[in-house]
Amino acid sequence: MSAIAVEHLGVAIGGREILSGVTIDIPEGKVIGLLGPSGSGKTTLMRTIVGLQKPKTGHVMVFGLLAGSKQLRKEVGYMTQAPSVYGDLTVEENLRYFGTLVGEGKPRISTIMADVDISALGGRLVSGLSGGERARVSLAVAMLAQPPLLVLDEPTVGLDPLLRQQLWQKFHELARGGTTLLVSSHVMDEASRCDGLLLIREGKLLAAGSPSALKAQTKTQSVEEAFIQLVGAKR
Amino acid sequence: MSPRKAGATGLRVLRQLRHDPRTIGLILLIPTVLMVVMRYVFNDDTTTFKAFAPIILGIFPFIVMFIVTSITMLRERTTGTLERLMTLPIAKLELLSGYALAFGLLAVCQAALASFVTLHWLDTSISGSVGLIILVALLSGLLGMSLGLFMSDFATSEFQAVQFMPALVFPQLLTSGLFVARDQMAKLLQWFADIMPLTYVVDAMKRVTTDANWTAGLARDIWVIVGFALAALVLSAATLRRNH
Repeated sequence: MSAIAVEHLGVAIGGREILSGVTIDIPEGKVIGLLGPSGSGKTTLMRTIVGLQKPKTGHVMVFGLLAGSKQLRKEVGYMTQAPSVYGDLTVEENLRYFGTLVGEGKPRISTIMADVDISALGGRLVSGLSGGERARVSLAVAMLAQPPLLVLDEPTVGLDPLLRQQLWQKFHELARGGTTLLVSSHVMDEASRCDGLLLIREGKLLAAGSPSALKAQTKTQSVEEAFIQLVGAKR
Repeated sequence: MSPRKAGATGLRVLRQLRHDPRTIGLILLIPTVLMVVMRYVFNDDTTTFKAFAPIILGIFPFIVMFIVTSITMLRERTTGTLERLMTLPIAKLELLSGYALAFGLLAVCQAALASFVTLHWLDTSISGSVGLIILVALLSGLLGMSLGLFMSDFATSEFQAVQFMPALVFPQLLTSGLFVARDQMAKLLQWFADIMPLTYVVDAMKRVTTDANWTAGLARDIWVIVGFALAALVLSAATLRRNH
């Protein structure tokens, strides 16, 4: 069974078409990169997958269930682009609250804090953290319940290269354990770290495949060049 | 409905406030300080003070909980935490109950302090029962909270949210019998007052500050307030959409 199956998806917000004719199939246990310039519809696609956005046409299935189904609320971890955690709570208070909602306690909270390297920040108010630190708290909340699907909207923005490396290793470790990860980025150099890529532009799926397949198909050396080739070919 | 999740939400809201002790101080002290000031404004005229006291005791929980709730909820909406909650296993009822627990507790503390000081220190011979005063104040606070939750959906900034308060409160305050007896107002305003919830809050507070007993009139007021609060809660639950 595929983790995510999107068929002929069209989304319009306020009469403006954001996505159209998007068809995607994502297998379980893979790290899939969602790439495209900002404004291309990445976030809208992710919101539709986690059930926050209604499709106008087509449909989205997650683990065989309609996106947004009640049964999926424990199965999908979503990290928004802006860190959605409480600024007027400490890091630990945030994790404890979200932990109660998903049924996770102290041991799991300690583990996840170590995983995203925020163990030293437990007692700090989130509002006093740097952007990168806040993003990691938000990521920790998304990963707290160990959901089989993680939808992460630009999780590595503003992080130092070492930590970025560490997080990507963590993502692959999770994938080996069966977790499916959909990770968006507008930085093309992160693409090579993914098992599969989805390139979107202006609300349409431009191409899908592994980084090496995309490079071979376009006879290019990097994903960035491949992207440019594909945009050119569509014109 | 899981009491654990509702409780955790209430605790979370209280923790958020705890990191902002000045707000808690203001919430708890303003009504009490105002009562003291008003007491000495009327000075020897304790009859007039006794007529105004229930208004402050009744209106304040409403005003404060309305503002605090609408801003807390507006922040949940604008920072994306509400959206995150919508993707997690928590029911709307659990979320709203959590809010009610936190702000209800705050309303009780506020009313306890204000009514204790008024009845015991201000020497006004107000002959009501502290228990019933606190009950009415709690309901007034919960009514303010429910309307605040609902109105926060119509505000896109904290400026707007704060402006809703006078827009909602002043017309009701004017027609609640504060300045002119209700039956002396223009007919249209009498009808308006009849359907406005604060009218019943003020009415109930007048009753419990003059009579320490549970009466049929008080029961009617309380049912009306509870009915309004529940209706506003149902409406605000409808504004917590899981998807758009």
